[in-house]
Amino acid sequence: MMATSKQVQTETAPGEIEALLPWHAAGTLNARDTRRVDEALARDPDLARQYVAIQEEYAETILLNESLGAPSSRAMQKLFAAIDAEPARDSYASFNISARVAGFFARLSPRTLATAAAVGALALLVQAGVIGAVLTKQQGATFQTASAPKTDRQPIDARPYALVRFAPDAKVSDITAFLDSYQASIVDGARGGMFRLQFGDKAMSKDEVAALMGRLQNEKIISLAVAAQ
Amino acid sequence: MIATQATSDDILIARIAQGDRLAMQVLYGRHHVRIFRFGLRLVRNEQIAEDLISEVFLDVWRQAGKFEGRSSVSTWLLAITRFKALSALRKRKDAELDDETANAIEDTSDDPEVVVQKKDTSVALRKCLTALSPDHREIVDLVYYHEKSVEEVAEIVGIPENTVKTRLFYARKKLADLLKAAGVERGWP
Repeated sequence: MMATSKQVQTETAPGEIEALLPWHAAGTLNARDTRRVDEALARDPDLARQYVAIQEEYAETILLNESLGAPSSRAMQKLFAAIDAEPARDSYASFNISARVAGFFARLSPRTLATAAAVGALALLVQAGVIGAVLTKQQGATFQTASAPKTDRQPIDARPYALVRFAPDAKVSDITAFLDSYQASIVDGARGGMFRLQFGDKAMSKDEVAALMGRLQNEKIISLAVAAQ
Repeated sequence: MIATQATSDDILIARIAQGDRLAMQVLYGRHHVRIFRFGLRLVRNEQIAEDLISEVFLDVWRQAGKFEGRSSVSTWLLAITRFKALSALRKRKDAELDDETANAIEDTSDDPEVVVQKKDTSVALRKCLTALSPDHREIVDLVYYHEKSVEEVAEIVGIPENTVKTRLFYARKKLADLLKAAGVERGWP
């Protein structure tokens, strides 16, 4: 019993518990540590006083971060322009295979190659075969980057689209009113909880679409809205 | 972060690894504001912070196939953001900004006779949070705003868990010192 009391005393030493107070305030401690901190707070007024200060810090840190606002749509445009400029995934894989084969042969010393001429010749043939396969695949490739002209899949109707997730507590009447006020219609959904909506009665510029997305994000019944095609 | 969103993030990453642009848009929509704010608090420049977001999510697009799910996606994103923010800071001398902020803090204590109201304490606290060193700022933000556990902060910052605890403790002590210098006494330490 004595040993148990000592053990408890050691485990709840002020330094150790004190260090955990911020995580307790943020609610990110596991159940065991939460209980230990709760017990220490109940019996140590100094610790409880410090905890009040921590709760103030916690609240003000959140307010400070929330006051920082959000990035402009430029960041998203820049990102997706960069993604569009990335090579397609298939072409990556082909390149990696040929690069690995080339790297393997590059690591062989000239002496090894000289003494194994037959193997070397075979290797060259294999390498040529790989290169040929890559070239053939690239010439025959049918992929197209998202930034490339896409006249064959551009919808005739150029009105803007968005993928929208409604808040879990949104009522049907709210959603109907929302659709009316934005002249929007649901054209697809709900995949992964996202609905594809079409807006307005005319095409919009990129800036207008960005402004529309901003307005949507501020709607109470919308939890996520991103521009789509 | 709730468990369902964490699971959903993992699914999005798997789809992004397959080149799914739509999944990328959803992940971006879900995390870009917090990533922006974390980056902005580190680099203190909106333009650079916006550039950071693009770079972070472009890395996600490229590296999604290597994500092993050992940590949450948000922890992974914050770790990438931190790495990129520090790289950006190395390219830029930040000392001048720190001096400016320190001067701004001293301005708040111009009249020691004034009784500090609760609202003033709140303003002073926020100003002092801004005046912390980058190391202290990031750990305060990660724990309080991004709600990361000791283990997650250790992973993001790349330090042992015990160092995470002591670093936050000293960050809080520094915060108390700054508040004291601004004329705000809170009874701790």
